[in-house]
Amino acid sequence: MSDLLSLDFMRQALVAAVLVGLAAPLVGAFLVQRRMSLIGDGIGHVALAGVAIGILTGSMPVFTALVAAVAAAVGVELIRAAGRTSGDIALAVMFYGGIALGVVLISKSSATSPGNLTGYLFGAILTTSRTDIAVFAALAVVVVAVTWALRHRFFAVANDEEFARAAGMPVMGYNIALSVLTAVTVVVSMRVVGLLLITALMIIPNATAQLVSRSFRSSLLAASVIGILSSVGGVVLSFYAETPSGGTIVLLAIATFLVTSVLTGVVARARRAAHERAERHDHEHGPACGHPAIEHDGHVDYLHDGHRHAPHRDHYDEHDGHTHESGADGPGGQQTEEVAR
Amino acid sequence: MTDTPLISLRSATFGYADRTVVEGVTLTQGPGEVIALLGPNGSGKSTLVKGLLGLSDHLGGEVVLFGTPLARFREKPRIGYVPQRHSLSSSVRATVREVVEVGRLPLRPFWRPSGSEDARAVDEALDAVGLRDREREDVATLSGGQQRRVLIARALAAGPDLLVMDEPTAGVDAANQAVLAEVLSGLAARGTSMLIVTHELAALRDVVTRIVCMDAGHVDFDGAPTAWASGHRGHEAGDAHHHPSPTEAGHSPGLAGIVTDTLPTREVRP
Repeated sequence: MSDLLSLDFMRQALVAAVLVGLAAPLVGAFLVQRRMSLIGDGIGHVALAGVAIGILTGSMPVFTALVAAVAAAVGVELIRAAGRTSGDIALAVMFYGGIALGVVLISKSSATSPGNLTGYLFGAILTTSRTDIAVFAALAVVVVAVTWALRHRFFAVANDEEFARAAGMPVMGYNIALSVLTAVTVVVSMRVVGLLLITALMIIPNATAQLVSRSFRSSLLAASVIGILSSVGGVVLSFYAETPSGGTIVLLAIATFLVTSVLTGVVARARRAAHERAERHDHEHGPACGHPAIEHDGHVDYLHDGHRHAPHRDHYDEHDGHTHESGADGPGGQQTEEVAR
Repeated sequence: MTDTPLISLRSATFGYADRTVVEGVTLTQGPGEVIALLGPNGSGKSTLVKGLLGLSDHLGGEVVLFGTPLARFREKPRIGYVPQRHSLSSSVRATVREVVEVGRLPLRPFWRPSGSEDARAVDEALDAVGLRDREREDVATLSGGQQRRVLIARALAAGPDLLVMDEPTAGVDAANQAVLAEVLSGLAARGTSMLIVTHELAALRDVVTRIVCMDAGHVDFDGAPTAWASGHRGHEAGDAHHHPSPTEAGHSPGLAGIVTDTLPTREVRP
């Protein structure tokens, strides 16, 4: 590892990997929530046209790609807001028009080779210039900060747009903000994972996080951690295995997903076998049900005909199933605290 | 509480773009009133309440909310909206508490994190619907009736002066309807004003203080539950039975009313 860190370009690559690994899943969580997982891919297509224009005109491809991607992002939201049935087709025209234009323009440029195109499509962090990395790093920090600050609002709007609008929240503004953040993330990530692969890093860590989390908050944190580990791990691995960084990162993220889903499947089966449902009754326990509430270990049990009911999902479990300190002497024992509610 | 009406409509017309759905509705709701808004499918009930919330277009007439004309009304969190949702299950995990916390967001600027006052309001809202003990469950694992209570808690969290509910009992089994009715009567006892769009008055009979009946975009009954019970039961299960005026008090319930009372709960989709 120390030989790795002694290389100047490798240090840069790892900083870029951490930032991209954090930003992509953070923004991607809300895309997953809105069921727009693949929108980043479409925006990436349009960004390629921006890259091509940059190369052809001799200006910074990063800048032109950013302009094209942000324009596409705003376009996506405007088309969605119009709510026409032809909106889907409008998106297809925009996305494939973007990538087709990009390929045609790049072929007309004398300064580039096919290898250069591959670098943008699939990532080539080790050949990225120092100034480009500085620009990417600054943009990634902005994306992470803005997304983190607005995370509750993005959650609210994606969870129930109608309610958010009725409550007076600027729904359209938040949707456009999220779309623009997606566009910036795509461009920032294009040298690390590439325009065609970045969506995988936005979505797959979130898919893994859904398997291990019980709340949105914890799934956001888990996705960020998994994203950073896949991204950094992929860059290191690609250095030793001499493989392209983008593909390596995505394969690592997919492997994490597969291993996690097998493990959580086994655990869920074991848990299901261990937990016992209480008998069904017509009423719901609560302050007014007449059954004494027992608060302990962060949850509430209800004393029901001599045994305890613990709320679980939409039903109640028999509490005897699992063990804890005060459970040994049964309901009504010394240690259990009956709470007047 | 002041005597300013919460809602005051005079010949109000609502619709979408240039399509009129509700026409010439005159209606006033005072503080503490619990109004059931009944009517067959397509009679414009939902369009009317969505108009109050700015979700459908206000096309004409006068709409005044808390003494402010609709066009200048900015205190939207004063109306707590419980939308018609058959399921809250979404593409990502979210706990009951996280969904209810959304109700507090419109009350603070985006840069301010939630404080102890927000936490207390969320606690109270969860207590009011009896879901405090499930606050850390994933909403997608709850039953339909429990999810409906989550939505009510989300609306309550903002401390609204009026709750507007769209079909809170639709698609909910009998046991959970009873719990829902209990929650609503608890709210009514605390003086919460409510406007409830419903097809199933039976479940809410003890909560409602006034009944407004719509048909084909117009209000065709507005009065006490007793007056309605004697002459207008046909609307309950959504048939198109039309009574020309509310003056037919004293009528015995029609055959339609007797039959529909025994029908099982029906899912109503727009």
